[in-house]
Amino acid sequence: MARLNVEIGSLKLKNPVLTASGTFGYGTEFADFIDLNRLGGFIVKGTTLNPREGNDYPRMAETPSGMLNAVGLQNKGVDYFIEHIYPTIKDVDSQIIVNVSGASIDDYVEVARRLAPLDHINAIEVNISCPNVKQGGMAFGTTCDGAASITKAVREAYPKTLIVKLSPNVTDIVSIAKAVEAEGADSVSLINTLLGMAIDVERQRPYLSTVTGGLSGPAVRPVAVRMVWQVAKAVKIPVIGLGGIASGRDALEFIMAGATAVQVGTYNFVDPAVTMKIIDEIDDYCRRHGVDDINELRGII
Amino acid sequence: MSNFATETAYYINLMKKFILNFVVKHNEKLGDRFGLLKLTPADNSPLPPAVAGQFVQVGVDGSKNTFLRRPISINFIDHDTNEIWLLIRNAGEGTDHLLSLKPGEAVNMVMPLGNGFPTDDATGRVLLAGGGVGIAPLLYLGKVLKDKGVDVNYLIGARSERELLMTDLLEKYGPVNISTDDGSKGDPGLVTENHVWGEKWDRIYCCGPAPMMKGVARKARQNSTECYVSLENMMACGVGACLCCVEKTVKGNVCVCTEGPVFEINQLTWQD
Repeated sequence: MARLNVEIGSLKLKNPVLTASGTFGYGTEFADFIDLNRLGGFIVKGTTLNPREGNDYPRMAETPSGMLNAVGLQNKGVDYFIEHIYPTIKDVDSQIIVNVSGASIDDYVEVARRLAPLDHINAIEVNISCPNVKQGGMAFGTTCDGAASITKAVREAYPKTLIVKLSPNVTDIVSIAKAVEAEGADSVSLINTLLGMAIDVERQRPYLSTVTGGLSGPAVRPVAVRMVWQVAKAVKIPVIGLGGIASGRDALEFIMAGATAVQVGTYNFVDPAVTMKIIDEIDDYCRRHGVDDINELRGII
Repeated sequence: MSNFATETAYYINLMKKFILNFVVKHNEKLGDRFGLLKLTPADNSPLPPAVAGQFVQVGVDGSKNTFLRRPISINFIDHDTNEIWLLIRNAGEGTDHLLSLKPGEAVNMVMPLGNGFPTDDATGRVLLAGGGVGIAPLLYLGKVLKDKGVDVNYLIGARSERELLMTDLLEKYGPVNISTDDGSKGDPGLVTENHVWGEKWDRIYCCGPAPMMKGVARKARQNSTECYVSLENMMACGVGACLCCVEKTVKGNVCVCTEGPVFEINQLTWQD
């Protein structure tokens, strides 16, 4: 087996394969299908200070090689997570990363502050890129000033590994990445979903209750690979790539474009065991190409 | 009905889910818009345990534009032949592809999913009300209930006689009362206008289009009859991860794929 270990700041991953927030629940939903201990890590559902009911149904529409969603950060809040969910997952031998969202800077800071003491959670992913909430979310992630101010405030409150998840719905993602790097982010993950829309022409109305939603799945992969390539060239911190990964080959595209690790998202819905196949396929690729260490492939393009 | 929530969690925790390869044994066209697939595990292993009212997520390989699995309720489990039956309505490219599969072709399924209908405590005379393709889970449910000694009665609604499905099979488990919109078979009109509502029922199970289920739920509430409905909200993952298939309940938004698809009607916010 090739050496697959990678590092995101001080966070050590046994392999570069993570699961993307909002596509993997709290991990336990997939325990019948895969060995969670084999994952490099898993990023749990977007967590906010207070419970959120999310948007009205319908929240999804299938689109060519992908899907739109408009969940709107439904979750039971950070205290529920700490009290009821954390104890059930803390002993998984993998890195657990919590995705953090909020409507205001103070919300983000408070969630980060409450998560910081948890022994088995050594990183958070700050979501400044959710397209499906009216307040906060992507509003922070589409300007350099907004992205920088959130990063700065959370950095002061959270001493462990801080990942900032970037929105692709911007003119220049590189400048946003540089802004969060300058404020002390340990890593950036990209891309969150692309803002999209689909219309049911028979009923003459949008498919989603919110009209617009986030596009994910293999349809977005070329956009994501391009953005990872641009950002990885421009920042010194590790980049985590995601967007439509469905195979080891897809994951390697991101790694060659400059990603240190990858996240598997929407494809978990299609094949709940796909992450295990991706780890095996990366290892197999390394063997076939005489690669001893996955880090040798990073950013070769 | 708080103990139903407990029962639901019980099923979810107890029943291990599998990703399994199946082989199509039989594919029969039923009318213009429906078909019946019978499948058996590719390695001939016994079907995993599943209860009536649960569903499967069927992989759709080879159709051009679809991507996600299709959630389909379990129509029947034939332990003698080790076959699972799926009654499918042609609702678009994905289901069209499934209905074109030929015997011997492979299908991947994630199963069993969802809570299923509660049957352990069923007694007396029960009514199984189905509309359109919503009769799908009621075939196996009828068998399970009849095997327990429950008096099973069906109420089936369809647009016309041509769209009635599987009535001969349902009759093995209980009398079938029919309503058709155009009066071509059974009572004319909606299922809520059928003569069976003049009788007393100990419990109602229902699956069909939302307006039909809401009508049946209203009847059940008027008669103070316990009633369970099976929802079919659009979903992506089927395992409680994507949070797309939510239904508003007295507990807030919950996933139909894990906390349902079967709900006791007072758990829902259908108080109209």
